[in-house]
Amino acid sequence: MWDMLSWLPENVSTYGGEIDSLFYIIYYITGVAFLLVAGAMIAFVIMYRHREGRRATYLHGNTILEITWTVVTALIFIVLAFMSQPLWGRIKQEVPPTDLQVRVTGKQFNWEIVYPGPDGKFDTADDLQIDNELHVPVNRPVQVFLASKDVIHSFFLPQLRLKQDAVPGRVIQAWFQATKTGRYEIPCAELCGFGHSGMLGYLTVYSPEEYSKWVKEKWPSR
Amino acid sequence: MSESAGVQAVHGAHAHHEELGFLRTYVFSTDHKMIGRQFLFLGLFMLVIGGLLAMMMRWQLGWPETPVPGMRWVPEPYMFEGIIPPQTYNSLFTMHATIMIFFAVMPIMIGCFGNFLIPLMIGARDMAFPVLNMLSFWSGAVGGVVMLSGFFVPGGHAASGWTAYAPLSASAIYTGVDWGQNLWNISLIIIGASSLMGSINYITTIINMRAPGMTWFRLPLVIWSLFITAILLLLALPVLTAALAMLLTDRMLGTHFFLPAGGGEPLLWQHLFWYFGHPEVYVLVLPAMGVTSDVLSTFSRKPIFGYRAMAMSMIGIAFLSWIVWGHHMFLSGMNPALGTAFMMSTMVIAVPSAIKTFNWLGTLWGGSIRLTTPMLNALAFVAIFVIGGLSGVFMASTPVDIFIHDTYFIVAHFHYVVAGIVFGLFAAVYYWFPKMFGRMMNETLGKIHFVLTFVFFNLTFFPMHFLGAGGHMRRIWNPMQYEFLQHFQPMNQFISVSAFILGVSQILFLVNFFWSLFAGKKAEVNPWHANTLEWAAPSPPPHGNWGEQLPIVHHGPYEYSVPGVEEDYLPQTRPHALPVTAGH
Repeated sequence: MWDMLSWLPENVSTYGGEIDSLFYIIYYITGVAFLLVAGAMIAFVIMYRHREGRRATYLHGNTILEITWTVVTALIFIVLAFMSQPLWGRIKQEVPPTDLQVRVTGKQFNWEIVYPGPDGKFDTADDLQIDNELHVPVNRPVQVFLASKDVIHSFFLPQLRLKQDAVPGRVIQAWFQATKTGRYEIPCAELCGFGHSGMLGYLTVYSPEEYSKWVKEKWPSR
Repeated sequence: MSESAGVQAVHGAHAHHEELGFLRTYVFSTDHKMIGRQFLFLGLFMLVIGGLLAMMMRWQLGWPETPVPGMRWVPEPYMFEGIIPPQTYNSLFTMHATIMIFFAVMPIMIGCFGNFLIPLMIGARDMAFPVLNMLSFWSGAVGGVVMLSGFFVPGGHAASGWTAYAPLSASAIYTGVDWGQNLWNISLIIIGASSLMGSINYITTIINMRAPGMTWFRLPLVIWSLFITAILLLLALPVLTAALAMLLTDRMLGTHFFLPAGGGEPLLWQHLFWYFGHPEVYVLVLPAMGVTSDVLSTFSRKPIFGYRAMAMSMIGIAFLSWIVWGHHMFLSGMNPALGTAFMMSTMVIAVPSAIKTFNWLGTLWGGSIRLTTPMLNALAFVAIFVIGGLSGVFMASTPVDIFIHDTYFIVAHFHYVVAGIVFGLFAAVYYWFPKMFGRMMNETLGKIHFVLTFVFFNLTFFPMHFLGAGGHMRRIWNPMQYEFLQHFQPMNQFISVSAFILGVSQILFLVNFFWSLFAGKKAEVNPWHANTLEWAAPSPPPHGNWGEQLPIVHHGPYEYSVPGVEEDYLPQTRPHALPVTAGH
């Protein structure tokens, strides 16, 4: 129970593993830092407890020690920032080329999901809207255009390590690539009103064959 | 300095002749010590209310949709036979945070201890502007009444989170809350004014009214922390006040600052809010850091390690706190490139916090440590702050934040940082109670209270990291609505039970506090054998604090165990040549 890492939900996205690795690295670094500080604190409280006849050391500081721990701490944090940046860029600033696009619009308290249909264009006659049901094939990047009709919502795919706010008045891009078939929940992660708790959609990840079958079912004319 | 000291001497002499009536002494007092006590009682009252709101939330999370014991009297639609509906749950967490931040921690740490300690520790007779000081308290009290009145208006209290993200907060159509949210806005605008009056007073007093010999680097760190806090407040709260005014006009006058339908920008609210909100975090935590520094040094019988580094790191934190607000907004839809910049600044602000921690450890090293109740609480503050600081590294890393943002990992983190302040708060109350009320608090009861609080604080908040790692969203009314969270139900119940015991344990503190107020052992002038100036004044100090003569300061506040001095402390008022030591 006390192992933080055992609580992460199963990861089923391409970049999720890298997020988890970074989580692990920070967990170990901060874990060691905590043990050192807490250990020193407990040790000092025991070693230097008040005893009759012993006086405390008259000492105001140690410049070299202070400079050392400042520099070491700063270096650790700078390294962490540089380790984080490339992954952030790949998840949030670049979208891999893909022909799979969906429009996800939050509204109190549902996800409106619009598929562009076979023509690949939104706002045409073959668009299909299904509330709270996102269907995608496995192992292919999916581009999501996030919007909102009322307040801020947050599109959260826990097993795919994706979260992005949907803001009224904006269209925000996000993407993911699922690595395992199955059905996953899409909760809203930003407080959006009395129905926020329970605002929930589902992501269905199909094998390529099942996905073709689903497409045929939804757009039979093709 | 000599001129203002002269003015103070006249004021002090004048005070002796003045017999004040009940109202002027206890209600509309302009004495900084009475105002400090008033803030303390206001804050403790609100702390209890804020805590009870949290208990109700924990009931709903542990045993969703079952009646809260003893709450069947609440009328519909706020509760149904004791069952908390989602709308009420949203009000509960909104008001828990609002009350704890603005009406419990700020009044106690800044209002009470700022007022009580600043004149006493710098050697002044009162604040620079005593009437303004009284107005600051009474406008704060009015703000509190306005805030509490929101519970009794149709539609219920504000339910858009303490962060009040627009557009949810900007129009009644989205939440169904009308006057609750308006009163929330109005109350916080009043509190903004109260806080402004206080901070101007603190800054002016510390700059102009220090006793002869009290140079900047002879100030106790708790005064440094309050000085820096006051500057942050002076600059940060008006931003919130302006944003609140804009939000209120959006709600009531039909403007569209934050409503996209009329061309407004929801993210503007977040920028303004967090531009205030992040310095606010340090406003809350800096005074607790100052208290901890003073208490650790006193009960280690040792000079604080790296005094100047401690003061400078607080200044560093204050500057950096203005350029980290965007880390609350990594996933808000702002340009992800900005996320990179804010990640960098956020990693940097961890450095001065780390310096402070190491210096606290350095203070313990080689000390002669007495584990009194204030000391235990100060040590706990350090330990808890370390966990809160380290858990912050996870969300500072932008990719990790994608997963843990808006989950219980964040809830765990900020409770370790801002709820951990209660240990600084308890340290301060146990430490200065003798000076404030002239009686000692009970040590045994204090230690039992400490152990229970420390254990159940951790059992309440630490498992929330696990919930967050599991993706458990914050601000959800019923986790059982989600398949992927159902396995957390036993843990949610464990957290709830721990929270209840944590809450009940606080009765020990209240009993100790009120019992000691009337029946505690009479306090000596300097019961802890501490150096700082307040311990040179009588317990409790009279109006004007110092009798005829202002104290004269001869050296820094942390000269403990000085070689060649018989006792292990050297009050700032006692002249003595100090040996030259390594490092400083």
